Amino acid sequence: MSWKHKHLLGLENLSRQDIELILQTAKSFKEVSSRDIKKVPALRGKTVVTLFFEASTRTRISFELAAKRLSADTLNIAANVSSTSKGETLLDTARNIEAMNVDAMVVRHSSSGSVFLLAQGLKCSVVNAGDGCREHPTQALSDMFTLQEKFGRIEGLKVGIIGDILHSRVARSNIWGLTKLGAKVTVCGPATLMPRGIEALGTDVCYDLKKVLKQSDAVIALRLQKERQQDKFLPSMREYSCLFGINQAKLKEGSDHLIVMHPGPTNRGVEVSADVADGKQSVILDQVTNGVAVRMAVLYLVLGTKS
Amino acid sequence: MNHRVAEGGESPASAGFCEHAGETRGQDPMIRIRNNMPIVKIMDQEAIRRAVLRMAHEILEKNKGVDHLALVGIRTRGVILAQRLKKAIKDIEAVEVQTGILDITLYRDDLTLVGTKPLVRETLIDFDITDLKIVLVDDVFFTGRTIRAGLDALVDFGRPASIQLAVLVDRGHRELPIRADFVGKNIPTTKTQNVQVILGESDGKTDEVIVED
Repeated sequence: MSWKHKHLLGLENLSRQDIELILQTAKSFKEVSSRDIKKVPALRGKTVVTLFFEASTRTRISFELAAKRLSADTLNIAANVSSTSKGETLLDTARNIEAMNVDAMVVRHSSSGSVFLLAQGLKCSVVNAGDGCREHPTQALSDMFTLQEKFGRIEGLKVGIIGDILHSRVARSNIWGLTKLGAKVTVCGPATLMPRGIEALGTDVCYDLKKVLKQSDAVIALRLQKERQQDKFLPSMREYSCLFGINQAKLKEGSDHLIVMHPGPTNRGVEVSADVADGKQSVILDQVTNGVAVRMAVLYLVLGTKS
Repeated sequence: MNHRVAEGGESPASAGFCEHAGETRGQDPMIRIRNNMPIVKIMDQEAIRRAVLRMAHEILEKNKGVDHLALVGIRTRGVILAQRLKKAIKDIEAVEVQTGILDITLYRDDLTLVGTKPLVRETLIDFDITDLKIVLVDDVFFTGRTIRAGLDALVDFGRPASIQLAVLVDRGHRELPIRADFVGKNIPTTKTQNVQVILGESDGKTDEVIVED
C-alpha cells in the first residue's frame, strides 16, 4: 500500500485504501503532538505556504502547526494583504510564490474547483483547505479519524450530517469519505438548504432531526454559513434553531453512545446548544486535536510523492 | 536460462536443495538454494534462544541488575527481541523491566531522497526515559544509520542516563562511528549480501538468521 498522489484536492478522487493510509499515518503522528518535544525532522528543509483567500483561524493554524511539527518552514499569506487585492490573478499570485521554491501550497478559496486550476498550473504540491462549496478534505479526514478513534471502526456506522448541506464543503467531503469507508450517511436540514440530487452521492435524505438523532451513531452539525447566504434561505435563525438545532432535550431521543461533532466555528445556540457543545457527548475539541495529526499525515504523504 | 532448470528441480543434482522442496537433504543442512543462489543459515532457533539469554545476562551484569533499566525495541524485529530480552530478564531476576517501541521512519537520513514515503508507524514509549539506562534493541546492525536515527528519536523523549545498544546480528560495514554493547553473533559479510532475521512472532515461521548473496 503506497501513496501516489502529489496533491490532495478532495476525497472524491481518493480510493478507500488512500483514505485508510492517511488515517493510519495520522495515528502515528498523533503521538508526536503528545510529546514534550513536539517535533520530528521528517520534512526538514521543506517550505509550506498557506494561501488563504477566506477567513480561517482553526484550519490555517492547524496546517501551520502540522508543518512546523514536521520541521518544515511555513509562511502564511492572507488574501487581503496579498497582491491579489491589487488585481493579480489567483494563478499569478500562486506562481510568484512558487517561483521562490516552495514545496507545498495549502489553499483556501471561495471558488469551487480553484484548487484544480492551481494543481494544473503549479509544480509544487497543492493541498485543498476548502474550495467554495466543493470540498474540505482535511476536515472530513479529522472527522473520520475522530469517529474511528471513538468507535474503533467506520464501516457500518450511521452518521447524520445536519444543517446547511447546500453550501457545505465539509458535508461533501464527509459524504465522499464516509461512504467510501462503508458508513451510512444521512443528510438532514431545511429543504431550502438541501441540494437537489444529493442522493446520487449515496446518502439518505431526512427532514426530521429527531429521527436522525434516534438512528445515528454520530451526528455532524454544520455551521450555518451566513456569509454564503445572500438569498433568504431561512425565515429566521430562531426557526432554524428550533427545527435543526441540537439541544440536550433532543439529544435524549438518541442512543447513549451518540456523539456530537461540529467542524467549527460554532454559532452557540443555533446549531448546537451550549450544554451540548460542552457536554460529554461532544467531541468537538477532539476533532480539533485530531486535525493536526491528520494534516501532518497529509503533508508528509504529498511531499514525499514525486510525479 | 540455467537457473530455471535448477528451480524446476529437474536436474538431479539440485533436487535436494530446492527451497520449495521444503527440506534439505544430503549435504550441509545449513545451506539451501533459492533462485540458484545459496542461502546460508547462520543461526537456528536454538542458537537465537541461547544468544538472547546470554545477552540478557550481559545486560544485567553490565548494569548491575535492573535498577533504572529500560528496553526500547526498534520496529519491527527489534521490538520482538526486546520482548524476548524482557522475558529472559524476568526469568533471571523476577522483575519486569519497562519496554518501549520506537519507529525511526521520521528520523531517517534518506527520507527526502526516497520516492514514496515509507509507512510511519506508532512510537510507544509510555514512561519517562529521563535518567534511565536505556538499552536500544535491533535485529541487524549494519551501516549504523538506523541506530543514528534511533538515538535522535530517543533523545526527543528525554535525557536518558545512558543509551546502550543490543543487536542480534552484527554484520559489519559501519558508515558511522557507532558500536554495539551486546551482540548475539558477529557475521562477516560482503556489503552486497542480504542478512535476514526471521522471528516467529513477526514472520510466522521458525526462528532463523540467513545470509543470501
